Order: sequence, then structure tokens, then C-alpha cells
Amino acid sequence: MVNITTESVTPAETTAPLKKVRKNRTLGRMVRNPSFMIGALIVLLMVVAGVFAPVLAPYPPNQINFMALLQPPSSAHWFGTDELGRDLFSRVLYGAQTSLEVSAASVGIGLFFGILIGLLTGYIGGAFDEWFVMRVMDSIQSFPFLILALVIGAVLGSGLGNAMIAIGFGFIPGFVRIVRAQVFVQRRSEYVQSAVTIGAGTTRILFVHILPNILTPIIVQATLGLASGVVAEAGLSYLGLGVQPPAASWGSMLHTAQGYITTSPWLAIFPGLTLAIAVLGFNYLGDGLADLWQPKKN
Amino acid sequence: MGSFLARRILLTLPVLFLVSVMVFSLIHLIPGDPARVILGQDATPGAIAALREQLGLNKPLIVQYLDWVGNVLHGNLGLSLSNQIAVATLIEQRLPVTIELAIGTFLFAVIIALPLGILSAIKRGKFADLVAAFATSLGLSIPPFWLGIMLLFAFTVRLHLFPSSGYVPLTQNVGQNLQSMFLPVLATGIREAAVLLRMTRASLAEVLDADFVRTARAKGIRGYRIILRHALKNALVPVITQSGLQIAGLLGGLVITETIFSLPGFGSLLVNAIFSRDYTTIQGSALVAALLVILVNLATDLCYGFIDPRIRMTRGEG
Repeated sequence: MVNITTESVTPAETTAPLKKVRKNRTLGRMVRNPSFMIGALIVLLMVVAGVFAPVLAPYPPNQINFMALLQPPSSAHWFGTDELGRDLFSRVLYGAQTSLEVSAASVGIGLFFGILIGLLTGYIGGAFDEWFVMRVMDSIQSFPFLILALVIGAVLGSGLGNAMIAIGFGFIPGFVRIVRAQVFVQRRSEYVQSAVTIGAGTTRILFVHILPNILTPIIVQATLGLASGVVAEAGLSYLGLGVQPPAASWGSMLHTAQGYITTSPWLAIFPGLTLAIAVLGFNYLGDGLADLWQPKKN
Repeated sequence: MGSFLARRILLTLPVLFLVSVMVFSLIHLIPGDPARVILGQDATPGAIAALREQLGLNKPLIVQYLDWVGNVLHGNLGLSLSNQIAVATLIEQRLPVTIELAIGTFLFAVIIALPLGILSAIKRGKFADLVAAFATSLGLSIPPFWLGIMLLFAFTVRLHLFPSSGYVPLTQNVGQNLQSMFLPVLATGIREAAVLLRMTRASLAEVLDADFVRTARAKGIRGYRIILRHALKNALVPVITQSGLQIAGLLGGLVITETIFSLPGFGSLLVNAIFSRDYTTIQGSALVAALLVILVNLATDLCYGFIDPRIRMTRGEG
């Protein structure tokens, strides 16, 4: 006869190693995904540049120096100086701060309203969804993104806060559509039906049960939205409707640079190159996350 | 097909109504008295009262809206507050430049993206595909307005190949017109080409894995015939959709391109109107931009509904 000794094993003890294996596997997949790694590295560098700009910048961003107007790149001024003798490298670093602030806040606005409206309309469905909410979203999306931001900017006035609102408003329909589509799938699933059966309220079902299960595509879209936010902020500032002088913004730097393109091309090269690298980073990160989390779709 | 068509057009009606409400509300969303904001703080009470009268701001809101919609339906978008010229005339003068730029950009994108997308899908994982993927990433990341400035620097400042600004209408001189449009088309077209290339590659790659393609191969049909006659037809449906959706983004992007290259288009009209607080022109421009997008989206939907019968059957939800 075989003696079978059974030890009492708690659920926590059995799931802990499993969680560790899953975590290691996810980390391994992340490291092996070049899009994710390149994107994460660029975004990390941008965040460090933005957050630590006061420490990293060799000069104050608005320090005018009439003795060093339009200096080409040198050891004293790595990216050269602008028409007021301000150090371009320092301004590019502070520009990262502005860019991150505006894009993060505008994606935040889009996320907040997009999730709220998407959850509700997806769950309620019917005529409210099809004939009201989605038609409102259609009508917002009928305005080209930048034209919408420009028009909202025209009504609210220029400035950092208004640029965030103007860009964020344009993000709402995209998030609503993603959240709504996911809710359509999830609301028929067994776990939601079980929650309904045991009497869970709508708010609980939406925010405690459904939302955590649909976060993956939302995060992917938010990451790609950050890239659009960076470009939109630069575009608005280029046109003079975003961040106002003397605050540093890549877009407003490019606007100034255009006037000096024949004599001082570095004024356009460095802010534009940094902007392109930042967008590349967010795009790669978004694509990498999509590869990791939604492999079937990719 | 009839019910699909009717449903699609029916769904456009509330959108048109909502767009009209949004555009009409613009002037009322200005913080404070719109007339005072438009004229500035130094305006006399008489001037403010006259502008309020001109804009119809003294009437009840619903009457203002109905008056405005009635005028719009008769092609009257009001008078520009900057120069008292009819907004419809201003848009009519500027729109051809933007439409030419949009068509040029779109053609450029299709010419670049379709062959490269097909090549990339056929050579999946090979060197050509990797190069195309890298080029796509670059194309998607380089902001068109920076590219525009750098193209100006390279081709105008350094090589003296193109004029830095100025627009010659197509009807006046074809050669000079193409010369003035080449750099703006290149600046906006590269991004659009990258989006289309990515879509064509993904769509064709998926179709090439489908059972019917495998069956066609098993029957001994030649590779290029499979791609041209079987796979491409199916793969192009999402590409057409994407092209339609790109129009909205493209119109927005052209605003900046026109500003960089000093093109007298619709976008630069809007930007100038914003700076001169010409709210009637802003309203008119926003309305026309939205109508263009709605029309293109409707045409795209009808087009691919016509091409692919599955879409007519399944597109039920908003």
C-alpha cells in the first residue's frame, strides 16, 4: 500500500510561485521585444530630461545673452544659441518638460471622459448608444484633430492649460470607441452575468469588474495618444496657439527657427530631431505593448 | 444594398445636426461678451452694440440658431469680421489650393505605399520588409511641419531647386504650380504614405495566410496572379477605409503645411482668422472642414460597402 502524505497547502502558497513564473515570463518577453525596449528607453530618457531639466540644463532656459547670439553648436553650447543668445540645449530639455506635461494631461483628459462615457454607453447600449452618444462622437471626429484643437484654442485663448484642454477634447472619441467596443464583448461574458445575478450594482460592475479587464487596449491606445499629444502640442505652439514665449516649447522653437533657416539651421535641426525621436519612442512603446498584450491583433 | 445605403445616410443626419450645433455654439462659448472679446477692451459701447446686432446676439438663442442654419443652407456663412467679405467667397477662393494639396498628397502616398506595402507583405521578415518597417516608423514619427522646414532648408536654401514660398495656380502655369506644390506634398505625403504602407502590408499579409490563397497556390496558380487577382482585392478593403479616415487627419495637417510654405489655402485662412479673432470665418471654416470629412467618410463607407458584401450585412452597430 502506498502511503500518500498530504500536506495542507494554502491557496496563497500555490499561486505565489505561479505568479513569479508569469512575472518572469512577461519580463522575458519584454526584453526580447525590440520595439518595446527601444520605445521604453527613449521615453525613459525623455522623462528624465523633462523631470530633471533644472538639474541637467547648463543654463537657465530664458537667460538672454547678447554676447552669444545665434552661435553654432560648440562645447559651451552643445546645440548652439538662439536669436536672443539663449542656450538651445537647455531650452530643448525644458521643451521636453512642456511636451510631456501637455501630452500627459491631454491624454489624461481623453482617458477620463473616454472611459466614463465608453463604459456607460457600451453597457447601456440601444438607442442611447447608437443614436446619441456615438453620433456625438462622430460629430466631434468630423472635425480634423488639429482644426478642432485650433478652434477650441481660438475660443479659450492660447496658453498651456488651454492647449491641454483643446488637445484632450479631441482624444475623447477615440477612447470612447475603444472602451465601448470592449464593454460590448465583456458585458456578455459569464463573470459579468454572475455579478449581475448576485445583485452587483451597475457602477460596481463597470468599474470593479469590467474596467480592470479592458485596461490592455486602453493603455496601448493611451501610449500612442501620447505621441499624437506631443505632435499636437508642438503644432499648436508652432502656430502660436500653444505655449507662449518665453516658455520653451519644441513647436515655438521651430517657429522661430524657420525665420533663421538660411543662417542658423541648428535652431530647427535640434528641437525637430528631439521631437521626432520622442514621437518615435512613444510609437515604438505603443507598438511594443500591443505586441506583448495583443499578439493576435498584431 | 438599398437598406445599407439608407441606414448609412440616416446615421449621417444626426451628425450633421450635431456638427451644426457645435459650430454655431463656438461664438457663444467665448468667455464673456463675444462682441467685446472680438472688438477688444477699448471698443466703444456703440461699436459693441452694432456688432451684437450684426451677429444677431440680441435674439433668443434658438432664433439665432435657426437664422444661422437657414443662412448656411442658402450658402451664406456670414461676413468676415476682418474685411467684411463673404466668408463663403473667402473659402471658395482658398479651398482649391487645399484640395489640390490634399489630392497631391494622397496620390503621392498611394504611389509610394501600395507597391512597397505589397513588396513588404510578400517578403515578410526579409531584408526588404525590415527596411520598409524601419522607413514606416520614421515616416510616422517625423512631424510633417519639421520635415517641411528641413525640406525648405535642403531644397531651397542649399540646392536652390524650389521656390521658398508663393503659389502659382494650376490654371495659370502647370510647371510652376507643380514646382510650388512639390515640397508641401512631400512634407505631408511621407507620413500619409507610412500609414498606408503599414496598413497595406498588414492587410495583405493576413490575406496571404488565408485558406483561399493556399487553395489557389495548391491549384498551381502563379504567385503574381494570386496576389493581383485574389489577395489584393480582399486586402484593399481595409486600406480603402484607412484612406478615407486619413482625410480628416490630412486636412488638419495641411493647416500647418500651408503656413510653412505660405500657401494661400483653407488652413492658412483659418489660422489668420484665429489671430484676428474673426469668429465668423472660424465658424465657416470649421463647418466646411467638418462637412468635407463627413462627405469623404460617407463616400468611403458606401464605396467599401459596395466592394465587400460582408460589410453590408454586418455593419449594424454605430
